[in-house]
Amino acid sequence: MSKLSYTKALNRALGDALAADESVCVFGEDVGAGLAGPTLGLQARFGTDRVVDTPLSEQAFVSMAIGAALAGRRPVVELQIPSLLFLTFEQLANQAHKLSLMTGGQTSVPLTCLVPGSGSREGWAGQHSDHPYSLFAHVGIKTVVPATPSDAYGLLASAIRDDDPVIVFAPAAAMGVRQDVTWDLEPVPLGRARIARQGDDVTVVALGAPVHGALAVAEELAPEISVEVVDARTVHPFDWATLSRSLERTGRLVVIDDSNRACGFAAEVMATAAEEMRLTAPPRRVTRPDGAVLPFALELDRALQPDARQLTGAIRAVMK
Amino acid sequence: MTPTAPPHHLPLAEPADRYRAMRLVRGFEEQALDLVREGVIAGGIHPYIGQEAVAVGVCAALRDGDLITSTHRGHGHVLAKGASPHRMLAELAGRVTGLNRGRGGSMHAADFSLGILGANGIVGAGAPIAAGAAWAEARAGRDTVVTAFFGDGALNQGVLLETFNLAAIWRLPVLFVCENNGYATTLPAAGAVAGGAVERARAFGIPAQTVDGMDCEAVLAAAAGAVERARAGDGPSFLECRTYRFEGHHTMERRLKLGYRTAEEVAGWRERDPLPRAAAALDPGEADRIDAGIGQLLADARTFALASPAPDISGACDYLYADGLRPRAGVTL
Ligand SMILES: Cc1ncc(C[n+]2csc(CCOP(=O)(O)OP(=O)(O)O)c2C)c(N)n1
Ligand SMILES: [Mg+2]
Repeated sequence: MSKLSYTKALNRALGDALAADESVCVFGEDVGAGLAGPTLGLQARFGTDRVVDTPLSEQAFVSMAIGAALAGRRPVVELQIPSLLFLTFEQLANQAHKLSLMTGGQTSVPLTCLVPGSGSREGWAGQHSDHPYSLFAHVGIKTVVPATPSDAYGLLASAIRDDDPVIVFAPAAAMGVRQDVTWDLEPVPLGRARIARQGDDVTVVALGAPVHGALAVAEELAPEISVEVVDARTVHPFDWATLSRSLERTGRLVVIDDSNRACGFAAEVMATAAEEMRLTAPPRRVTRPDGAVLPFALELDRALQPDARQLTGAIRAVMK
Repeated sequence: MTPTAPPHHLPLAEPADRYRAMRLVRGFEEQALDLVREGVIAGGIHPYIGQEAVAVGVCAALRDGDLITSTHRGHGHVLAKGASPHRMLAELAGRVTGLNRGRGGSMHAADFSLGILGANGIVGAGAPIAAGAAWAEARAGRDTVVTAFFGDGALNQGVLLETFNLAAIWRLPVLFVCENNGYATTLPAAGAVAGGAVERARAFGIPAQTVDGMDCEAVLAAAAGAVERARAGDGPSFLECRTYRFEGHHTMERRLKLGYRTAEEVAGWRERDPLPRAAAALDPGEADRIDAGIGQLLADARTFALASPAPDISGACDYLYADGLRPRAGVTL
C-alpha cells in the first residue's frame, strides 16, 4: 500500500476542488511548473486560465484574487515564502477580511491563501523561516495549520469551500510526513480540533509539525505520565469546547507553539484556559522566543524552535 | 419604523441626464457638508465637489452590468453608477437603511447589485481588485468592463504599477481612471509624480490620454473609446482626467486652515466649474427645472436618512463572517 505524502494531499485537494467547481482557480508564482509541490500537474489538467502563473507582484495578484472572488470565483493564491504574508498583509487583513462586514454582508471573499513550506526550512535564514499564524488569528482571519496529510487534504478542501478568506499554513517540517490512508479523503471542518492521543494527566495542545513531536514525547513519557495530545488544526476559530472537555479530565495544560512567544497562539490558549476552564496547576508554553528571527546556522535555527526536550520539561513542570 | 427607500434610476444617456447627475452629486455633497457640520455624519467626508464631470462622464460610458471600484473620495462614483441617494445618505449617517447597513460609511460605500464593488479607504487598493474582477469576468466569457477610479496620489502606490503590468499582459477589460486633482492631501502632484501619469501607463503598453476633467462630454468621449476597446477584448486603457476639488481634502481641513493652495488657484478652477458649462449647452430653463427636481430629491433623501434608525448594537459583529461565525466577546462578565 502506498503512503500519502503531505504535499500530494495538498495536490489532491487542489485537483479535486478544481475538478468539482468551475469557480475555483489558482494564482501564484511558478504554479504551472508546480515548483512548491501542491500545484504539480494541475495546469496541464485544468489549463492556464484556471491555474495562473503570475509575475512577481504578490500585492497585486492577491488583490486580484479578491476582485475575482467578488466576481464569483473561489481563488486559491499560493505564496512561495511565509514572509510574503507580511508583504500582502494589507490585502489579506485590510481588504479580504474586512469586506464582508464593511459592505454590510453584501459580499464575502472566498479566498484561500496557501503557504507551503511555512516555518523553518532549515538553512533558509531570517526571511524564509517565519510562522506568523498567530497574526492572522489576531486579525480574525480563519487560519489552519494541518499536521497530517489527511488533515492537509481535508482542511484545504474546507478552506476552498468556505465563503470567507482562509490562510492555510503547510509547515515545511510537516510536508515530509507520510500517512497510511485507508479511507476516502474528505473535507475536515474548520474550527474542529482532533484528539491525536488520549491521556488523563496533562493536555498538550499542538499545531502543525509539533503535533508529531508531542506524540513522540507522550509515548516516551507513557510509563510515568498519561499525556493527551490535542491537535488544534485550526488556529482561528479555535475549538474551545474540545480543549475544555480535555481540561475537565486533566486539569493541566501545556501548549507547544512554533511561533513567537508574545501575543502568540500559546498565549491565547493559556489565557482563555485560565479565564474559563478547569486548571489545577499553572499552565506552561513552549514557543519560539519573543520577536524571534531565525539565524542561519542550523544549530542556531534549531535552538530557537520549540523541541521535545523543552516540551518534556514543561510537561514535568505542570505535573509537579 | 424603518422607512423604505423609493426606487431610483439615474439615466446618463443625454447631455441633460448628465447635467442632472452632476447636479445630484454636487447637491448631495453640499447637503453632506451640512450634515457633517450638524454632527449627523460622524468622521467627516472627502467631498467630491468640483470633480463631478469625471464620475458622470465615465459612468455614462458604462452599461448597467459593468463594474467599478472607487476611492476614499467616492460619493460621486457611487451616485453616478446609480446608487440610491437616499440609501447613500443613510449610510453616511450610519443608519440601518444605508447601502452597507451602516457598517461601511463614506469610505466603504458599495452596492453590489449595481456593480459598485466599493469605495476604499486605502489609496490605490481598488485598482487591483478591479483588475481581478475583470479577469474573472473575461475568463467567464462575459464582456463586462471594470473601471477603477483613483487619484493622483495612487500613482505612487507600487501595487497600482503592478496592476498596470498584470492588466496589460493579460489584456484585461479595465479602464483606469486617474482623477488628477493636483494634490494628494497637501502634496502637489506636480512635484510628486516623476515621468507623468500617462507616461507611466504607456510604459506598460497601455493606451493613455489626458482629458479635461472639468468637461463631462470630453470625459465621456474619451471613456467611451476606452470602454469599447476593453469590451472588444483589446485590453486596458488609462485616462488622466485633469480636475480639481473645490473643497478641502477632508471636512476636517476646514478647521486646520492649511495654506497649501492659494485662493487665486481655487478661484481659477472654480471658474471652470463643470456644472455651468454643462448647463450652458441645455435649452433655456432646463437646468433650473433639473435643479429644482434634484433639490426635492435630496430633501427627500435627507428626510429618509434622518428618519431611519441606527443599527441595533447587538448586531455590531454581524456580517464579520459569511457563515455567521460569532467572535468571542471582548468582555466576558
Ligand atoms: C495607502 C494610503 N496611504 C495614505 C493614506 C491617507 N490618505 C488618504 S487620502 C490621501 C491622499 C490621496 O490623494 P489622491 O490619491 O490624489 O486622491 P484625492 O484625495 O486627491 O482625491 C492620503 C494620503 C491612505 N488612505 N492610504
Ligand atoms: Mg489628488
